[in-house]
Amino acid sequence: MALQSLDVKNQSARTSTPPTARRTPEVAKLVDVSRCIGCKACQSACMEWNDLRDVVGVQEGSYTSPPDLSDQSWTLMRFHEEERDGALQWLIFKDGCLHCEDPGCLRACPAPGAIVQYSNGIVDFHEEQCIGCGYCTAGCPFDVPRLSGRDSKVYKCTLCSDRVAVGLEPACIKSCPTGALHFGSKQDMLFEAEERLGDLRERGFTRAAVYDPRGVGGTHVIHLLPHGDRPEAYGLPARPKVGLVQRAWRSGLARGVGVATLAGVLVAGLLHYMRYGPLDVPPGDRPDGEVKP
Amino acid sequence: MTNHWTDIKNADVVLVMGGNPAEAHPCGFKWVIEAKLANRARLVVVDPRFTRTAAVADKFAQLRPGTDIAFLGGVIRHLLEKDAIQREYVTAYTNAPFLLRADYGFDDGLFTGYDEARRTYDKQTWAYDLDEHGFARVDPTLTDPRCVYQAMKRHYARYTPELVSSVTGVPVKDFEEICGLIASTARPDRAMTSLYALGWTQHSVGSQNIRAIAMIQLLLGNIGIPGGGVNALRGHSNIQGLTDLGVMSHLLPGYLTLPTEQDPDLATYLAKRTPKALRPGQMNYWQNYPKFFVSLLKAWYGAEARKENDFRYDWLPKNDKTYDILAAFELMAEGKINGYFCQGFNPLASVPDKAKLTGALSRLKYLVVIDPLETETSTFWKDHGEFNAVDPASIQTEVFRLPATCFAEEDGSLVNSGRWLQWHWKAADPPGEARGDPEIMAELFLAVRDLYLKEGGAFPDPVVKLPWPYQIPRAPSAGELAREFNGVALADVTDPKDKTKVLARAGEQLATFVHLRDDGSTAAGCWIFCGSWTQAGNQMARRDAADPTGLGNTPGWAWSWPANRRILYNRASADPAGRPWDPTRRFVFWNGKAWAGADVPDFKVDSPPDEGMAPFIMNAEGVGKLFALGGLVEGPFPEHYEPFETPLARNPFGRVISNPAARVYQRDRARLGTARDFPFVATTYRLTEHFHFWTKHTRIAAVLQPEAFVEIGEGLARLRGIRNGDRVVVRSGRGEIKVKAMVTRRIRTLAVQGQEVHTVGLPIHWGYEGLTRPGYLTNTLTPSVGDANIQTPEFKAFLVDVRKA
Amino acid sequence: MEYSRRQFVKLAAGGLAGSSLAALGFSPARVLAEVREFKLARASETRNTCPYCSVGCGVILYGLGDKARNARTEIIHVEGDPDHPVNRGTLCPKGASLVDFIHSPHRLRFPEYRAPGEREFKRVTWDFAVQRIARLMKDDRDANFLQKAGDVTVNRWTSVAFLAASASSNEAGYITNKVIRALGMTALDNQARV
Repeated sequence: MALQSLDVKNQSARTSTPPTARRTPEVAKLVDVSRCIGCKACQSACMEWNDLRDVVGVQEGSYTSPPDLSDQSWTLMRFHEEERDGALQWLIFKDGCLHCEDPGCLRACPAPGAIVQYSNGIVDFHEEQCIGCGYCTAGCPFDVPRLSGRDSKVYKCTLCSDRVAVGLEPACIKSCPTGALHFGSKQDMLFEAEERLGDLRERGFTRAAVYDPRGVGGTHVIHLLPHGDRPEAYGLPARPKVGLVQRAWRSGLARGVGVATLAGVLVAGLLHYMRYGPLDVPPGDRPDGEVKP
Repeated sequence: MTNHWTDIKNADVVLVMGGNPAEAHPCGFKWVIEAKLANRARLVVVDPRFTRTAAVADKFAQLRPGTDIAFLGGVIRHLLEKDAIQREYVTAYTNAPFLLRADYGFDDGLFTGYDEARRTYDKQTWAYDLDEHGFARVDPTLTDPRCVYQAMKRHYARYTPELVSSVTGVPVKDFEEICGLIASTARPDRAMTSLYALGWTQHSVGSQNIRAIAMIQLLLGNIGIPGGGVNALRGHSNIQGLTDLGVMSHLLPGYLTLPTEQDPDLATYLAKRTPKALRPGQMNYWQNYPKFFVSLLKAWYGAEARKENDFRYDWLPKNDKTYDILAAFELMAEGKINGYFCQGFNPLASVPDKAKLTGALSRLKYLVVIDPLETETSTFWKDHGEFNAVDPASIQTEVFRLPATCFAEEDGSLVNSGRWLQWHWKAADPPGEARGDPEIMAELFLAVRDLYLKEGGAFPDPVVKLPWPYQIPRAPSAGELAREFNGVALADVTDPKDKTKVLARAGEQLATFVHLRDDGSTAAGCWIFCGSWTQAGNQMARRDAADPTGLGNTPGWAWSWPANRRILYNRASADPAGRPWDPTRRFVFWNGKAWAGADVPDFKVDSPPDEGMAPFIMNAEGVGKLFALGGLVEGPFPEHYEPFETPLARNPFGRVISNPAARVYQRDRARLGTARDFPFVATTYRLTEHFHFWTKHTRIAAVLQPEAFVEIGEGLARLRGIRNGDRVVVRSGRGEIKVKAMVTRRIRTLAVQGQEVHTVGLPIHWGYEGLTRPGYLTNTLTPSVGDANIQTPEFKAFLVDVRKA
Repeated sequence: MEYSRRQFVKLAAGGLAGSSLAALGFSPARVLAEVREFKLARASETRNTCPYCSVGCGVILYGLGDKARNARTEIIHVEGDPDHPVNRGTLCPKGASLVDFIHSPHRLRFPEYRAPGEREFKRVTWDFAVQRIARLMKDDRDANFLQKAGDVTVNRWTSVAFLAASASSNEAGYITNKVIRALGMTALDNQARV
């Protein structure tokens, strides 16, 4: 599939400079939380389009299901009840990748090309290159990527890069019945979010705000929060930023030290294997993705 | 729906009560959000629990299940006391000025004419005071104490905010705020839409819940206008179509009714159903009943139906009583039904009182299930441990399970809530040996016919002589059947005003039901669908999404019954002089020569305003009925009655506790519980992640909502020592189920008549078949009590107890 | 984030080997930055209507195969119809997973029969099922059909009842009504009440 619209801007553990001659529009998903009815159409459409099927879990006293993001659930509606000034709020939040402009995952990833950022802003994981180290999970300020128990690779939302590549909107955005999800150029999405703020304030949400955090260079999934003064109420960090270690790793400073250390450890590991043989894993410890009836 | 989905965007206030569209109809609900964005509309939600619709509401109130009429009666009182009505509309377009008979009355919970022994009313006093021509007397000043307006004012005077609050549990302040929002649409330039669903119908007073909102909308002038209406959000994809096609015990296609024993011949039958106008100059459209009915008999019985044999009227069965679904299972429980067919229906999960149903099904000689999926009904005889503890060896029912196609594997049309008939196309072959429903019906019928041809038997005529004009008799095509229900001219149909003008040539598909005749020269299997497949082809397959007026009317998309009309009673969108009430929402108006505008006028197009024809042309009086006459069995005005299982010892509105005209079988009455044993009020409902009992068979839906649960408030959880996620036992007079508890703030403890009332929420989607966690059918708990008029079961208000398992 | 012991070992080992090798210059020959192939490029498209609720959303069914004689179409994806005036391409969670309904492992594939007292269904032919049901219907109708109630011709059959499907098409509903009433059956109903 051609990738004219998806020039690579950045990739993990790169050793060359990406081309910069072409300019493509930056895309964004706008999540208007005030219009969200928590119907989970986005979750359903995501699983359907991406050929994922999470496990059938159990009811544990929550509308949130499955209980967490996983290699099979790249987006998840989280439900939270809150009472403020006598009024009940059912806060419903769509969890998933925010596609940071400065992605902590990409900075942390040591596998060349496993994490790619396209010039349109999408941060995509290429599982074929993924080595399963899980550094990206530590590098993400939003706790999004999930290591799969099946294949030890990390998965997350691709913003349907396969659809965007052929000129379509992501599956979740298309499905959203109430238009809580919108897709377009980042500029248009910011403009639309600003417009919506007026309506929210008129309805009494005086502290409504747009969540597009500077600490990660802005995101390509931006949120319109009715309680903009308290992003934590939705499970969003108030001031997310890329960790110091990831910055250092990415800058190359720490890499020299790291390589030397790792080489030493590798040799030690080899010696250990020669001396003691492979590790025996008890059967009960094996990951199992299937439902037990 | 009087209106349609897209039209909701034109509303200024959206009242969601008796429904939960954000969860049950999310893609339709987008137009509520659109109204909020485009019109700054306010969304008001009144429900027994804080739903996902409530999550985006501007105003929410939690009411006690089964007290909707108390609430709506209070709204009516508010509108009348504050004179917050659209007076010109009310005077000209409703029966508010009509005088009632002097002997009509209401006292202490009962209307005049009640027969306590038979639990029925003699309704003759619920009528207009007629003059010597048979026309109703009216008082346009609305001051005569016998006029409907005054009678209504007296009736609802008792529904004070304080009493409403103490019955419903809604605080007076919230109630009055909501009244204010509703009343704000009495202005001609503001509209309120009412969206409701099973939350209103599944009560012993279900029909009266709908009557109450219809009255409110008439008082506010909100019927017949964009953004207004009384909008039933139907459940299944084609429940509207199946109802339109009369696939119900008392109906025939197009809301014609099945004859009863009291209608021995065609003339008697038609005379009873062909009304006379109750005011001068009214259209009284049902005067055409004979044309619709004779055309139906011609469609079904073809050349066999002739004038001299009453068009084979005798072939139709004549009812001796109602055979609705509750009655059918009662008869089955009595051993009076031997065979039962379930075509795409899972009654064990959907019809109340599972234990009763299991006993009834076990008495059958045979059961035939036609379905795409494995339903619980088809395996009612199987032992599923605690979830379905039966002994198969003791169940002597023969069971057939026939695989049916699903939507993706067939051509055909469905009618959505907005009355749009939309055509769909087959995309793939069905799995295995599955067959389409028409094919299965044809196979069964032809096999029975063969037996009658070979052996003879009881009255074989309608079986062996039923016309079967299909190219492939064993598999009638969707197109053939659609053309048949649309209708065809059997002889040239001419213009009654000019006999030389031919409206339709013999053999042509009819363009409109206006061309139907009662002399046997036309055939139409469903008169209201006439126009859906014309000489110009399949109108249901049209795909022009253009919206010329911006009001969301898309007249070129699919086809809407009747006559491709998108908003019913749309003549009422203009004032009596024919000018739009709201110049910014010009819809149908008099242009000097004819009625015209954005929609097909629901009116005689050439009747000028000064002729005085009123907009509600299906009514014999031409106006909307605030007073229902004898239309409903328990009274001409909605009155609050408690559910059959109520936490209260008395009805604060009158001496009659529950609906005095509801039919309750002795067997079912014995299974009702009392508040002493079952202190909490339960209500059943659907969740957005699932569709009834289908999607538990689909993997993704099973992931999104995997296991049964019961929602209880924090108050009840404290009372019973239940923590979130605990397994609990829910018991009712019918049985018990074990499920997980979800403790939530979204259900509050209500203060009702000086006592605390706890509400228990019971979603229904799980069972012992499916990809979800195996569990009980919620239906184990529900009472077999029906609405007094149409027998919709009281799923929305009954009593249970909840304890830790 | 919790890892099992095995996962941790794999993670540590993989991370160690991969990251260090790459860092040391042993990166894969060519780093591909290809998105997943777009899966609908040549799939057939069929317009349909969602069979669940009464909003009547337009859907497009995407089929594997171009409907050539030798290709048996398999529906691989369902998406909202963007032209549809009501849903405008959107779908609810049920509609968005319609493909799982079409391919539910619990779809019925063959006629089945359970004899009185039996514990299981057994597969039968259509012919057996239709003939047996027709025989049961005829015998019951002959035994219980009522032609007259007093002087009135009533022609009714009350001992067999039928529940029609309110998710089936108008065409199915119409022929069901026509056939059932021709047999004289009175207890015909649908889901409208429940």
